[in-house]
Parts: sequence; structure tokens; C-alpha cells
Amino acid sequence: MSAIENPVVVSAREAAPPRPLWQVIVIRPETMTLVLLILALFGASLLSPYFLDFGYILRSFTLSAEFAMVALVLTMVIIAGEIDLSPAANMALSACLFAFAQQAGIPMPIAIGIGLVAGLVMGAINAIMVIRLQIPSIIVTIGTLTLYRGIAQVIAGDKSIRVPEWFIGVNNVLMAGIPVPVIIFLVMSIVLGLVLGTTIFGRQIYQIGTNEVAARHAGIRSQRIKMGLFLLMGLVSAAAGILTASRLGSVRYDLGLGGELQMVLMAMLGGTYIFGGRGTILGTFLAAWLLVIVSTGMTVANVLPAVQLVVLGVLLVVSIIATNAIYSRTQR
Amino acid sequence: MNLLRNIFLRREAGIAVMIVLFCIAVGAVKPQFLTLDSLRIILLLTPLIMIGAMGQMLVIVARHVDLSIGSMLGFSAMVTGMMFKFYPEIWWPVGFLVSIGIGAALGLLNGVLVTLFRLPAIIVTLGTLNLYRGLTYIVSNAKQIDRQFVPSALKSMSQTSPIFGIPWIIFISFGIGLLTYGFVMHTRVGRQIFALGSNPIAAPLRGIAVNKVTLLVFTISGALSGLAGILYASRWGFVNPSNTGSGFEFQVIAAVVIGGVSINGGVGTVLGTVLGVLLLGCVAAALPLLGIPGTTQSAIYGAVILIALLIDRTVRQQGIASLSRARA
Amino acid sequence: MTDTSTSDRPLLAARGISKSFAGVEVLRDVDLDLRRGEIHALLGENGAGKSTFAKIVAGVHRPTRGTLTLNGMPVEVTSPIVAQSLGITLIHQEPISFPDLSVAENLVLGRADGGWLARVPWAEMTRDARRLMDLLGVRIDVTRPMRGLSIADQQMVEIARALASDSRLIIMDEPTAPLTPKEVETLFAIARRLRDEGRTIIFISHRLEEVRALCDRVTIFRDGNKIATEDIGTLTDADIIRLMIGRPLREYMHKQGTTIGDVALEVENLTLPGVFSDISLTVRKGEMVGLGGLVGAGRTDVARAIFGVAPAASGTIKVNGKPVTIASPDAAIALGLAFVPEDRAVAGIFRTLPVEQNITAAVPGKIAPGGFIRGAVEKALASDSVNKLRIRLASLRQPIGELSGGNQQKAILARWLLTDPTVLILDEPTRGIDIGVKAEFYDMIGELAASGRAILLISSELPELLALCDRVLVMSEGRLTANLSRAEATQESIMHAAVPGAASRQGVAA
Repeated sequence: MSAIENPVVVSAREAAPPRPLWQVIVIRPETMTLVLLILALFGASLLSPYFLDFGYILRSFTLSAEFAMVALVLTMVIIAGEIDLSPAANMALSACLFAFAQQAGIPMPIAIGIGLVAGLVMGAINAIMVIRLQIPSIIVTIGTLTLYRGIAQVIAGDKSIRVPEWFIGVNNVLMAGIPVPVIIFLVMSIVLGLVLGTTIFGRQIYQIGTNEVAARHAGIRSQRIKMGLFLLMGLVSAAAGILTASRLGSVRYDLGLGGELQMVLMAMLGGTYIFGGRGTILGTFLAAWLLVIVSTGMTVANVLPAVQLVVLGVLLVVSIIATNAIYSRTQR
Repeated sequence: MNLLRNIFLRREAGIAVMIVLFCIAVGAVKPQFLTLDSLRIILLLTPLIMIGAMGQMLVIVARHVDLSIGSMLGFSAMVTGMMFKFYPEIWWPVGFLVSIGIGAALGLLNGVLVTLFRLPAIIVTLGTLNLYRGLTYIVSNAKQIDRQFVPSALKSMSQTSPIFGIPWIIFISFGIGLLTYGFVMHTRVGRQIFALGSNPIAAPLRGIAVNKVTLLVFTISGALSGLAGILYASRWGFVNPSNTGSGFEFQVIAAVVIGGVSINGGVGTVLGTVLGVLLLGCVAAALPLLGIPGTTQSAIYGAVILIALLIDRTVRQQGIASLSRARA
Repeated sequence: MTDTSTSDRPLLAARGISKSFAGVEVLRDVDLDLRRGEIHALLGENGAGKSTFAKIVAGVHRPTRGTLTLNGMPVEVTSPIVAQSLGITLIHQEPISFPDLSVAENLVLGRADGGWLARVPWAEMTRDARRLMDLLGVRIDVTRPMRGLSIADQQMVEIARALASDSRLIIMDEPTAPLTPKEVETLFAIARRLRDEGRTIIFISHRLEEVRALCDRVTIFRDGNKIATEDIGTLTDADIIRLMIGRPLREYMHKQGTTIGDVALEVENLTLPGVFSDISLTVRKGEMVGLGGLVGAGRTDVARAIFGVAPAASGTIKVNGKPVTIASPDAAIALGLAFVPEDRAVAGIFRTLPVEQNITAAVPGKIAPGGFIRGAVEKALASDSVNKLRIRLASLRQPIGELSGGNQQKAILARWLLTDPTVLILDEPTRGIDIGVKAEFYDMIGELAASGRAILLISSELPELLALCDRVLVMSEGRLTANLSRAEATQESIMHAAVPGAASRQGVAA
């Protein structure tokens, strides 16, 4: 499923002049995301004065915060040239195992541990299939997406598993006026943004995504790094699943159903290049807020959930086309 | 000679052996599994998957994948169902044209997005999977088309039989299989699909219109999903905006991949795909008999996809190894 | 035998053919007439323009200026398909094939007969394919898939394709590089027969002896210009070389005097079944050891094995006298090894990333002590390298893909110099770079050896090996066949060892 590039190789070529600095800074996908975000905020505030209330936006964000956290890690996975479509299913299965364990009388901290370890194991399965066995991640994670959610269905059946009263409602706990899941998202954004932008680990993620063969030749341990990313993906998905359980108060096998679309959408809207090597945490961060405002705006405007689904689908396709267009303009 | 072909033969033989072993194993526990009646049940479980698998096979052979088939099935079934409901005076076989036509249009849109904007099919069809499903809710106003609106002649296609007590719908699905066989083995464009999947860089150098062929495979995949859509209405007698076709893509991809169609493109046979579909049918039919709850189906499909990927990889490596040994 | 019925009118006449890539002219005003029934050699160094010219004739590239006349009719060769319908076929060095389709299908694919739904005439197709194979006298089962055919057999399939569409002009782009001598003989016999049938063959090669054995006339290219077209008999080898390079080689390639020290790299009995076996070699500090051989002899595989990209199955490697295990490139780098790979675009550069990131890619510890990248340190290291190696660029933040091939290659070399390697392995380092940059490159490599580094230079260009190296090792079909001192090494002695002997040829996979 590769892109078919024109294989004309131009060998004898002088150095081309570089692009002006302002272009480098302005013409990039994150700018598009930021402009869209401002437009969306403006439009939404016309629609409903609620949107001028920051607290309202924050509360709305808690509904998507779990997906947004996973989308941050997914951004790194896509930059490294892979993809993971299984995190939403991972969230469901981890949450089911966690809920099942605590219902069986296992103390809460251990139950949470079980959920997180399950997430790690799921990440490891993806990683082994993709990295050790060299099967494309896109098809592997379609398989594991079905498998993980299927196992969740086996465990939970059609029933809801309840969690104890005191555990419910992490999204209503405020710190400095900000809901806890949003704080977690903010902290993750800053940490992962720093990791990707300023550390050698982050640098090597870009290099692997740009040209993995060259990266390996330069001594970069690409397999180890990608393994780490898939494991992180599993761990964060599991944590997101448990947070979702707390928000919803119960766990069903269809927790987070279809979430992979929203996560991929956040990464794509933020300007992550689907073929790897480009993208930023900042972009995904902005895109998450954009998406929340768009979907909350649609809810306020009484748009049917079905229509919202359509809008998300269209947004996904349009954002990839726009990102590709921007990158093909800036790369020669 | 014919080393690679032998491997495929073995591959298909392998699936056939798996089917037989599976049936014997289940039959040993539940003897009623080995009756003609349960054969009928198995066959009745498969026609939609079979039709969808033929389209998906072509898409995967061309090095793409189509995740939106379930939503295309749902949308075309819904529009056709609404036609039956609101224009009952229209002669019911027209529904086939409507359903197939709508599916083809949706598939064409997938193809346009993939070729025109050079986007990976998996992301495009993940988007349209949700897009088409949303459209299904919108056109139907989230309401189901109930039994009384589906023409009884259409429904009876799944019950009445021209011969041997095998319903029409099964003949249709095998007919599609035969047509696909003729298409891929005996038409120029059919071979071009395999050439394209086998070496996409070289394909244009040999005069293969890559974009047109890609559009064609996605359109066929859509059209066959449309056909599966109206047959869904025939088989189950209703069309539901959320259930109809949901999860169809995973069943179909599982069947295709286990049938030996390589995700690396260029490799796949109709026979293998048919056997893959039948194996899935056997599993699905055996579950209730063995008292395994239906909720395990999804997990089993997932496991089947992964196992098939592992087999695919092993077979490919052995194939390459045996060929290079043979060169020396 | 020259066909006397050859009319005065040439089969193909090219007038003023020019071609620019991204504003750089790689072919300038080439006029060339090809006669019916001749084998015409195109000679020239890498980048001289001979392949570009051939690709324009075959419709792969469009000329920027100029006209082609076929049989007196002006033609526009807009694509390979058009070329084929005009009776022009290009046979690539690595033949194009569809590995999952059968040989017979590969033969007819692309022939424009009938629409999409036209029937595939399997029986006819197979029969025709068999007939063509018999005609060529090769034994290939036409119903087997292409996957797994040897390069020589794939070339035969391509030639059969040309015959199937009754091509009058067949272009062979360096067809002999991956072939064994016996296969070359078969190819030549077929080429002569095609010529005697009145077809015209363009033969592109680096090997003078082959050109002499096969061709009637020769056209020499240099720096995008056509220099001369002559009957082969009227030119001596020395003439041809002088025309190709424009000046004697040694003028810009000279060996610097170095003192050779202790053994830096020692390899014993390195074996990777089916690829290479029993490779033993040593490289001393300050020594430059050449590794010659034909394409596909396993030279690159040995380098990749030493560097841990694709480790060998057995054998030992010692670095500075200590036995080591190298399972991956990062282990090799830690031991002081460096490897400039052959294919820059695939294994060297990060095309869209800034030059500075490309230069510092192999020294994470230097630019990011403690994990966080120090921008100033990175910039200093990179600009220092740029100055030292005279890399021409507009900005360190420029994507490396915007630089010319030679400057990209310098940046890769800079990457490895930052690791301060004891052993430097260079795989075809001057491939596809301009002649001027080449000279700079030779100087740099020389200086590196002079500074006490051990250098293993893999090259297919004999003059390069002869001029630069203290010793030349030669590989053939996965084995070392010669270890020549500077005095012993000549074009002849290297080629003699490189070309596989009939006795040793059996049982070794390519």
C-alpha cells in the first residue's frame, strides 16, 4: 500500500536556493490548524454565547480528553512511519479487564495495574507483529483492533460492569479550575512536545520516519524506538480507558467505539504527514481543541450525531489532502 | 517447474484440509454438524461475505484495502429499502440496479480520493467508513426499514430454491465468484490488476492506466457491496441504519486474507478466497452448536486475521527461499 | 557482417537533442544517426549523458529541445508505450518485471490489443512465448512466474519482448554488468543475430573489450556532449579513454604517501550462505584497500555484514586486534567503524530533513549529552564540517534533498568523520557525482588515509582502484579471488579475477 512515486532520479543538480524564512515559519500545517481553531471559536461563539465561557469549553473537552491523550502518542507513531488503529479497542479491553478485576474484589490499585499491564501487553503484541515479524502496521492493527474489541466483548458480554461510586467522575474533579483529565492532557502535551522537539529520541523518531534504512545505517536503533512507541501507545491507551471508565461510571465492551477515527483525525488535522517524518505535538494539541469545539458546536446547534459522523469523515479526508498539499509545496 | 503455483496449490489445499479437519472435529462432538441441513446453514451464512470478498480480493491484489464496504452495504441497502417503502409501485428487481449503482458510486468516490489525491486507501476508507455510515443515518432519519416493506419476492430469494433446496441467493454468490474468476483470469484488465499489484512502479511503463485500474477496483468493490446490500434485505428482511453491514469489513478481510490473498499485492485466487469464506462460514455455524456465545465472533475474526497474516508471511518467505534454492 | 542493403537513410536520426533536469543541462545538442543493422555503442563516464540519451529515444524522458526522425518521419516519443509501437525497446539493466505474473504474460503485457474486457488468449500467448524462447535458444519455462528468474533470464525475456513486438531498435543499457561470461556470450550471439536480421542495437557499456567484441560503431559522450562517432576499428583503447575523460586520469587522481601502521580491521572466514563465503581480509591503519569485482559479486554484502546491517552467519571480525561481535550498525559505530553506503538516496540521506541533522545523525552523544539536543553544539559541528569538506549549500537548515548529488555525498562523509572512525568503508562513493567534486573527493579520501585511518574502498571504476589503493582485493561470485599489491594491480589483473571462471561458477547463487 505504498505511494507510487515518480522514480526519476536527478543526480546532477546544483543546490537550489532555500525558501525565505517567513515561508518556512508561516506555511506549515500547524498554521492551518491554528487559523481553523480561531475561526471555529469565532463561529461557535456566534452560535452560542456559551463558547465565550472558558469553563464550558474545558468541560466539553473532558468528553474527548482520553482520545486526545492517545492521539498525542499516535502522532509520534505516525511520524515514525507506522500507524496504530487499535488504541480505541485497547481502551475498551483494558477498561473491561480493570472493571472486571475490581468487581471480582481485587483492590483498586491492583485492578488499575492489571488494566495498565493489559494495555502494555496489547501494545507489545502490535509491536512484535510489526517489528519482529515485519508485517505492515496498518493491517496488523486492523486485525488487533478486531481481536481486542472482540475479547472485550467476550469478557463483558452485553452487560455493563459498574465501578464503585467513589471512583466515578474524575472529569468533575477540578484542579485550579481545570478538570483533571484536561490537566493530564496538558501535561502530556508539554512532556511529549519536549521529548519530540528537543531530545535526541524525538529527533530520531523523525529520522526513522523520513528514511528508516538510512536511520539504521546511521546507527539509530529504529526497532527499539518503534517498540518503545508501540508500548507507550498501549500504556497510554489503557490509562485512557480507565479514565473513560471513571467518567462514564461503567464499562461496556463498546467503550470508545470508533475512537480510532477521532484519534487519527486529530493527528491528521494537526498536520502529521500520513507517510511519516513530519508533524508536531503542537499541531495535534491544537487539532484536539479544534475538534472539541467543532463537535460541541454541532451538538449545541442540535446537529444529529449521524451528521457529526459525516462531518468528521469529511474533515479527515480534507485535512489529509490539505496537509499533503502543503508538504508537496514545501518539499522539492 | 511451477514452483510458486505449487505453493498456491498447497495453500488452497491447506485451507481445504483445515475445513475438513474442522468439520470432523466439530462433528465428533456434535454429530448433527455433519448433516446436509447444517451444510445449508453454513452456505446461508456465506453469500454476503462471498460477494464482498470478491471485491475486496481485487482491491487487496491491487495493493490497497477497502474498509468502507460495510458502510457502503448499509447505505445502498438503506436507500433501496426506502425505495421499496416509499415507492412500492416500482417493480422490485429495479432495487438491484439501484443498490448496485449506489454502491458503485460510493466505491468510485473512494477510488477518486485514493488516485486523485494520492492518499493511502486505508485512511481514505476509514474516513468514508464513517462518512457513509453517517449518511445512512441521515437519509433514513435513523429509522429501520421493517419487514413489511421489503418485497416478499425479494425475501423469498433467500428461502426458495430452483434446485436441490439451495436458495437463489447462494447461486447468486457463487455466480459472482465464477464471474470474478473469468474476470481476473481471462480479461486484459483483470490481468492488469495483478500486474499493478505486482509492480506498481513498472505498471505505467507497460501502458497500464494505473489510475483507471485503481478506480475500477474500488468501483467494483462498491458495486459488489451494493449487491450484498440488497441481498442483506433479502436474507434478513429488514435494513437497520446501525446494524446493517456493521463489521462486514472485518469478516470479509478475514476471509480474503485467510484465503491466501497477499497484503503485499499481486497474489490471490478466487478459489482460495471462496475457501476462506467457507472456512469462516463453518466456524460461524459451529459456534452456536458448540454452545459458544455469539459475542466471541468478533474475537475469532480478529484472531483469524492475525493468524492468516502470520501464515501469509511464512508462506511468502518459504516461497522465495525455495525459488532461490531452485535457481542454483 | 555489415548489411550492404543498408540504405543511405538512417533508421533513427537525432538532431539537437538536449535535456535539462531542474534547470541543469545534462545533455546538449546531440546529433546522432543510427544505421540499420548495426550495433552501436554509447560510451562515457557516469553522468556523461549516454543513458539520458538512450532514455529519450525510448520515451522514458522527453527532450527539452531537439527532434527525432525515424525512417525519415519525424516522431514524438512521448512514452515507453509509444516507443514500443514505433518499434523501439529499452532493456533495462535491472529488467522491469511483474514477479507474480508468468513469463508468458510478462512478454505480452503492454501490447495494446483490445479493450479492457478483451479475452486473454492463454493458449496462443503460451505458444508464442515458447516460440520466441526457442528462437532465442533459451530454456525458460514460460508458464512459471517471473519471481526467482535470474537477471540473465529476465533480460532474455525482455529481448523476447522486443522481438514479439518486432522492434527495429533495441537499446541495451549496461546489460552485461550482472552477467557471467557464458551468459554474456549468449547475449552477444543473440545480439549479432538480431543485427544480421537488420535490426539496430544500441549497446551501453563501460567495458571496452565488450564494445570491441560486439559493436560496429561507437559514440562517445562527455559531460552531456557528444564527442565523437567512429567505426570501432579506427580507435585504439587509449583514444577512447582520452575521448571519454578528456584528460589523462592520473592528473587528478594521485596517491598520497602514507605510513601504514597496525592492523585495524581483520576479517576471517566471514560467510553468509548463498551470498558470500570464506571472506578473509585485513586493513591496516593508514592503508587504503580497494575491493573490486562485478556488480553482484557480493562486495556490498560483505561491507553490510562487517558493519552489522545484515550480519554474516559465521566468521570472526577483529577491530584493533580484539575479536568483536557486530550485530547492528550502532555496535559497529561504537567500535569505530563507519560505512558510506552505495545507494545514497536509499541508505544515506534523510531527504526532507535539514543538512545539519543529516550531518550529525550518527553522533547523538555529541549533540545531545544527557538526551537534550544542544542547538549551538550541533550548529557548530555541522558548519565546521561544511567548511572542512567545502560542502556548497545555502543554509544549514536547508533540506538535504535540495543539494546536488556530490554535496549530498560530502554531507554523508561528514556525518561519518564526526564519529572519528578508525575504519572507514566506502561503497561506490563517487557514483553519480560530478567530475569536479570527484577530484575533491579523492583528495579527501587520501587525506583520511594519511591521517591514519584504515579505508576499505569498494568501487566498480578500475581507474579509481588503481590510482588510489595500496592493495586491491577482488571478489567474484561471493568469494575473494585476488589480493593484488599496488604493483600487481592492473586493469587486466583485476578484471581477470573479477570475471568468474567457468569452473568455479557452478553452485553459487547470485
